[in-house]
Amino acid sequence: MKKRLLKMKALGGQIEVAEAGKGRDLLFLHGAGGHMPNDPLLAELASKYHVMAPLLPGYGRSTGEDGLRDMLDVTLHALDVMEALKLMKPIVAGHSMGGMIAAEMAAIAHTEIDKLCLLAPAGLWIDEQPVVDIFSKLPFELPPLLFHDVEAGQKLMTAGGGNMEDPEFLKQFLVMRARQLGMAGKILFPVPDRGVAQRLYRITAKTLIVWGAEDALIPVAYGAAFRKAISGSKLVKVPRAGHAVGQEKPAAVLKAIREFF
Amino acid sequence: MKFTWFHLMPWPHMPEDFRQKHRSVWVDLPNRMYEPELGHGIYHQYLDQLEYAEQVGFDGIGVNEHHANAYGLMPSPNIMAATLTRRTSKAALVVLGNSIALYNPPLRVAEEFAMLDVLSGGRLVAGFPVGTSMDTNYAYGTVPALTREKYAEAHELIRKAWAADEPFAFNGRYTKLRYVNCWPKPIQNPPPVFIPGGGSVETYDFCLDNTYSYSYLSYTGYMRARLLMEGYWKRVVEWQMDESPYRAGFAQVICVADTDAEAEKLYSEHVSYFYNRCLHVHPGFADAPGYRTIKTIQTGALSQFTSAGRDYPNMTWKDLTENRYVVAGSPETVRQQMEEMIKTLRVGNVFCLLHLGDMPDEKVRHSTKLFAEKVMPHLRNLWPEWQNHDDRFWIHPMNERVNLKAAAE
Repeated sequence: MKKRLLKMKALGGQIEVAEAGKGRDLLFLHGAGGHMPNDPLLAELASKYHVMAPLLPGYGRSTGEDGLRDMLDVTLHALDVMEALKLMKPIVAGHSMGGMIAAEMAAIAHTEIDKLCLLAPAGLWIDEQPVVDIFSKLPFELPPLLFHDVEAGQKLMTAGGGNMEDPEFLKQFLVMRARQLGMAGKILFPVPDRGVAQRLYRITAKTLIVWGAEDALIPVAYGAAFRKAISGSKLVKVPRAGHAVGQEKPAAVLKAIREFF
Repeated sequence: MKFTWFHLMPWPHMPEDFRQKHRSVWVDLPNRMYEPELGHGIYHQYLDQLEYAEQVGFDGIGVNEHHANAYGLMPSPNIMAATLTRRTSKAALVVLGNSIALYNPPLRVAEEFAMLDVLSGGRLVAGFPVGTSMDTNYAYGTVPALTREKYAEAHELIRKAWAADEPFAFNGRYTKLRYVNCWPKPIQNPPPVFIPGGGSVETYDFCLDNTYSYSYLSYTGYMRARLLMEGYWKRVVEWQMDESPYRAGFAQVICVADTDAEAEKLYSEHVSYFYNRCLHVHPGFADAPGYRTIKTIQTGALSQFTSAGRDYPNMTWKDLTENRYVVAGSPETVRQQMEEMIKTLRVGNVFCLLHLGDMPDEKVRHSTKLFAEKVMPHLRNLWPEWQNHDDRFWIHPMNERVNLKAAAE
């Protein structure tokens, strides 16, 4: 994947964008964990699409997070990035937190987004099926929440290496975690609902919703809630996949997207 | 030196197997464990102890704010301080403090602190903590990365509300008020302000900038606090400020008995209750990502000051006292160690933790009385070059000022 930096004037920062593949444009917005090392989903999507995957401020080399405080800030920022990348009506895809942002973009700017793909998006709240509080989880507690195959998931997450016993690495890890989840917390903490439910009716994009059938973080019941709220949308459940459905079953997700759009 | 007798007001009925049965004393501990009818007597016993501390000569009595926990049962410290205004007359009421980012609008703090200052005749010390992550983020839902910005705005509003003589409009990001009009106003304007800190570099500067006293509240004792306090004093020098010891305070767990051996016999079980049950916090709740600033993490302060040296379950009375987490023993032993602590950290304020965990009333009073009578008098004059007092960092009661005025006439 090629990486490049995009200056964002209004934000007073820069955005790191990963880019790969040829074909129709696909804008991909990551979840609260950012991109995984050698992200299997991005690689798979790039086999058929021209993928542009910007990192939210606070992630990687993207900066300017202090200027983003709430859902509207983040949504408008994401639309600014789409414009700065000169993407005209791309497939807008987002995972988890990124799905929440993508849904907000499609609700607010419904004339600019006509193809929407939500992978286990956050943004709704059902009292009987609470979304897990990721912020109080310790790093070792995450793989079982993200993956159906926990062992394989663990390997994916730690592919970048690093030794937690090394104080310098630990410090860097803590800084990274504070930047990433500090930013994510502005739209996900303490309850990941910033009112998108009352705006979903505005979405006119052709919408595909994909969920890991074994999602332990945002239960699959939320898939039905999104499908019901977005008219004409389709819900695809991927068997033997957890919350990181795209990283765990990249081929199945690509297939669903190819068949739908 | 100023000595404040500080109460945490813990729940004293956590079971023996508490650590095994529950992952945390804070945030998600089921409140079925709290028994309101027992709570009635416990609250009153604790308030009696604070009043007793004034009687035996402590300069201040202290309360603080915590939520959703069995460690400290004062979600509203102002209610406790209000009851204390009625039956005390001399001691400073050290409310350490109100977590100002949690009040909506934060003007509420300006009002309630003003009420306390008026009720007490100008005896309020106002504390403005950011609050622990357990309280502020997990129990009260403040977005971690916005906590400090919200805090700064709340602080600005409170100070402006106290200073103004007429209504004004406040257009903040988090609070918008067309008419800010603080009735009543405090007698001391402003009251002395103490800021509890735990190693954030930004807090040092905030204190120096506003002439607030930096209060380090730790339970790991003065030997471990040294590095952190040295960082603060280094900053004082960099800012070219005077090095008044009253710019700083420290909380210390203290147990006094007739002899060193007696201290262990009387207090070790309660010390163990405190360290092993009251401080049993799930690590996932201790520090929500975004709660600390990147700058603070980068200084490495956290690894130095928080994670290491907290193996409480495996620490014996000997470990805790030898490493001075707990200053305990005969009056002479305690005097020596307190003097070392005060001089090492260069502090003018000491927050004395003489009630611990599930300590029964008679032991609390025994330890308190011994400290007041046999230790405190010998520590009074440790900062003679400052006449043992700094006007900027202590209360100005109405009575004293009236007398001064009369004397001048």
